[in-house]
Amino acid sequence: MSNAASIVAVVLVSIASLAVGAFGLRLSRTMSDFYVASRGVSPVLNASAISGEYLSAASFLGVAGLILARGVDMLWLPIGWTAGYLLLLVFVAAPLRRSGAYTLPDFAQLRLESVVARRASSLLVVAIGLLYLIPQFQGAGLTLRTLTGAPSWAGQLVVAVVVCLNVLPGGMRSVTLVQAFHYWLKLLALLTPLFFLLGALGSRGGGPDVGAVFVTDWVEPLGGDNALYLTYSLVLATFFGTMGLPHVVVRFYTNPDGRAARRTTLAVLVLLSGFYLLPVAYGALGRYFASDLVAAGRADSVVLELPSRVFDGPVAEGLTALLAAGAFAAFLSTSTGLVVSVAGVLSQDLVRWGVGHRQGIRAFRLSTVIVVVVALGLTLVAAGVPVAHAVELTFAVAASTFCPMLLLGIWWRGLTATGAVAGMVVGGGLSMGAVLSTTFGVATAGWFGVVMTQPAAVSVPLAFATMVLVSLATRSRAPEHVAQTMVRLHAPEHIDLNRGSFHPERRYRRPARTSQSGSAESPEPASQGGQVSGTADHTAYGSGESTARRPGTTVRRG
Amino acid sequence: MTSPRTSAARTRTVSIASEIDEQTRLGEVYITSLMRSQLRLGLGVLLVLASTLGLLPLVFAVFPAVGRLDVLGVPLPWLLLTVVAFTEIVALGWFYVRQAERNEATFSDLLEGR
Repeated sequence: MSNAASIVAVVLVSIASLAVGAFGLRLSRTMSDFYVASRGVSPVLNASAISGEYLSAASFLGVAGLILARGVDMLWLPIGWTAGYLLLLVFVAAPLRRSGAYTLPDFAQLRLESVVARRASSLLVVAIGLLYLIPQFQGAGLTLRTLTGAPSWAGQLVVAVVVCLNVLPGGMRSVTLVQAFHYWLKLLALLTPLFFLLGALGSRGGGPDVGAVFVTDWVEPLGGDNALYLTYSLVLATFFGTMGLPHVVVRFYTNPDGRAARRTTLAVLVLLSGFYLLPVAYGALGRYFASDLVAAGRADSVVLELPSRVFDGPVAEGLTALLAAGAFAAFLSTSTGLVVSVAGVLSQDLVRWGVGHRQGIRAFRLSTVIVVVVALGLTLVAAGVPVAHAVELTFAVAASTFCPMLLLGIWWRGLTATGAVAGMVVGGGLSMGAVLSTTFGVATAGWFGVVMTQPAAVSVPLAFATMVLVSLATRSRAPEHVAQTMVRLHAPEHIDLNRGSFHPERRYRRPARTSQSGSAESPEPASQGGQVSGTADHTAYGSGESTARRPGTTVRRG
Repeated sequence: MTSPRTSAARTRTVSIASEIDEQTRLGEVYITSLMRSQLRLGLGVLLVLASTLGLLPLVFAVFPAVGRLDVLGVPLPWLLLTVVAFTEIVALGWFYVRQAERNEATFSDLLEGR
């Protein structure tokens, strides 16, 4: 089915992203966007940017498709994604911001004072980032296939190319303002057709396929085998996995201090809650108007298909185009953010290319290409996995690795490097095993098979237990500066205390990455506005950190 | 006769913070007490979440009749897992932010000898 307006919309969104990527660099230099964003911009705008980046293909398309196919049990997905932010707010937001860590490997090194832990974290960031990229590319392929009938890999290739073109020149994620705009665009893109669709529902009354809506399994909770375990596993994965996603953590740095980090996260909660009601409505409407999609195995495309099912002509085309634009915006913003985060970690922590800026940029660009190519390859391999399920598994991995490390690291003095690494290996191994077995369609029978579908209920407690036990066993090798680190994480910034000096092993200096709205684009060419970013570094970094850079002093204000 | 009290407060201010800085046991106690109050707050929020939202799958499993109830034509589970759930999450978040800031204010008051 050809839809010219939609193609135009997709092309426009792609071009707009490229333009922003190209101009964004300059914008951020002249306006000191990051500087301004982190100081003068309200939590709501910051929160819009975070939400805009967080709402990915799964949120936009995948969950509606799953609700259409499997009914009320799938409502736990949006709840989980939002509750995950609540847990982030409650346990991680302020301490993480206060740590001064920019990425999760940074935090691991700060808290555990171990390079091994840092490397392990870097590997995990790359793995999780790649896993999360797959559903984004899938969503893009799906969108183009729904709109034009082109094979899935075409859309995947298009988004991969656009992301590369976006990232390679400057390695920069979009400016805060644009990410915030993305959120409201996505919201609008979903909301507008919904009004039309609900109107049509009202006027049509009985409508076709009413019988299909009220199937018991769909309306009532816990349909299907092992539903209780699967539901709880899903809940655990989503509730505890959010804090372990690489592109989520990075955004915290854009807050001036711990207090603001909390408030921004609260605003994110509100924005996400409002948004997630929409895909639910689409899933339910899909049951009324397009329930045949389930049988055809194309439930994922319900959001895009609905307008043309209900209306004809220009109305349908216009609405579909709007949805296509929103969908593509979703893939692009999340994908770009992920690629930048992962390529940054890859080029800095795992790929040694010698010192100096030039090599740094080259390493970063090469890493970008590697990440995109590998993600694309994995997408082709994982063709059979539904978008939202791929996301579930990613959350399971994050929940089994970084979540215990963060929670125990922030709240327990006793966590040691060995314990943390052991826990990450155990949790990561089990959840990655599940990922592999799902991807390659390894059908395992019985209880083990169920766990492999949704490992979180087993892998998360196991990871926690491992970290605790191994840490207790290696008590003697606790990090030396734990006391100072705890002060750093928990004491409000305005209090003058010695927080120790934090010099994470960074290959390329910080200044570059403070020059925009929070991303791991460190290997910035120094020639492009190094001055501004230098200043921004001190001020943006300074609210908590200026007091931190006084290792030996115990001077108190009088 | 000016306030000997202010200098006493000042001495105390210097004491607590430098106790923390020098990582004495006393300093550790102060920081730990802040951590504990924040952790307790966090765990409290988690407990409320777990015992309301978190128990729902169990309730649906044990009392399937609940899953069949209707409210104004909308099945109860759907209402609970959308509007009610998100409202609860936002409310908990709001409550947490308020309390956490209060904890920190108390701590900094303590340090400033107020």
